[in-house]
Amino acid sequence: MASLWEYANPRKFMGTSGALLPWVSYGAGACLVVGLFWGFFFTPDDYRQGSTVKIIYLHVPAALMAINAWFMMLVASLIWIVRRHHVSALAAKAAAPIGAVMTVIALLTGAIWGQPMWGTWWAWDPRLTSFLILFLFYLGYIALWSAIENDDTAADLTSVLCLVGSVFAVLSRYAVNFWNQGLHQGASLSLDKEENVADVFYLPLLVCIAGFVLLFLALVLLRTRTEIRARRTRALLARERMA
Amino acid sequence: MIALLLRDLRLAVRAGGGFGLGLAFFLIVTVLVPFGVGPQSELLARIAPGILWLGALLACLLSLDRIFALEWEDGSLDLLATSPLPLEGIAAIKALAHWLTSALPLVAAAPALGLLLSLPQGGYLWLMVSLLAGTPALSVIGAFGAALTVGIKRGGLLLSLLVLPLYVPTLIFGAEVARRGAEGLNPITPLLLLAGITCGTIALLPFASAAVLRINLR
Repeated sequence: MASLWEYANPRKFMGTSGALLPWVSYGAGACLVVGLFWGFFFTPDDYRQGSTVKIIYLHVPAALMAINAWFMMLVASLIWIVRRHHVSALAAKAAAPIGAVMTVIALLTGAIWGQPMWGTWWAWDPRLTSFLILFLFYLGYIALWSAIENDDTAADLTSVLCLVGSVFAVLSRYAVNFWNQGLHQGASLSLDKEENVADVFYLPLLVCIAGFVLLFLALVLLRTRTEIRARRTRALLARERMA
Repeated sequence: MIALLLRDLRLAVRAGGGFGLGLAFFLIVTVLVPFGVGPQSELLARIAPGILWLGALLACLLSLDRIFALEWEDGSLDLLATSPLPLEGIAAIKALAHWLTSALPLVAAAPALGLLLSLPQGGYLWLMVSLLAGTPALSVIGAFGAALTVGIKRGGLLLSLLVLPLYVPTLIFGAEVARRGAEGLNPITPLLLLAGITCGTIALLPFASAAVLRINLR
């Protein structure tokens, strides 16, 4: 029976991901184009926020992916530590810069949104602050990957860092909550709550979120494939030098 | 283990450098702050707890890369790893030695520097208590960071990049205890949270440090 672990084999992974990549990419492109156009041009302005509300179509999906990218890295690191599948370690490595960029997008769009709404680009609000801290965690993780020459050592060390960092990231989130009261509103999208955003905004937002998820997947697959190819090239070069 | 601890303490005292350097750094940071923000004593009194905590944290950070670096270079870390002592114990002892040599002098010096920043009367006790409760966490987290970067040449900057985000919760609660103490509020809640973080890191992080050391020594 086919299991998920078959994709630990790089050849198998390359085959499947190569077949999957165009579909995921086109899906991401289609969802983003439809979602963003729908959101920007075919939804009404908010009665209080005017047209600035439309930043939500970039801000919320980016923020969501910023956190989920770290979560994906955590799972991939765990798989690497427990089962030592190289593809998993490389996927974690591939996801980090994407997550960092998502964090930056969330912070920047948040600043652009905050300027007209709160009258300030930046406030030391718990959510904003914890995102900034998350960004620092991404930077540390990427820096550690690039500082170590031996690939396996780097994978080991970064996955331990990812585990410890996750605990501290959650801890910081609650510590920051304790430290300052927030300007930022609570969650506006949850499955079990009545007070979600209105349906006119909700549907295009869902399409945008789907687009960001697919975009993230496509980028991770692409970058993982690149890493695998780079590693194969290095192995080939080393073999040639030996011969 | 005690022999290892004594050896580390002796090395720190006799080899010079690390022992006094952190203290001097703490002093300089504190002296520079009034030049930066102005000499008004109300303003200084208000920011004193935060500045002192930040100064202590940075001074701690300064000496972190010495925890494992020397042993790594001369190979005695390999000897320690092959000794019957568990590596977890070695990591914990190293963190303890760092705390005794680097952090404890800072705690002792903090009230004198608080005087320079005109810290309010009631603040001294809680500043000391918060530093005593919080700096062990700084040392243990720092030892983890040092173990992580021990194999990297010129890893000092990377070490700070890795360790500083991990210091956030400790700093928040520690500075909060000191601030509430200085303003005469009840500092018990953040103090308990700070102590919780310290106990948790002491209990768990030596295992992570040892795992990382094992990878680096491979």
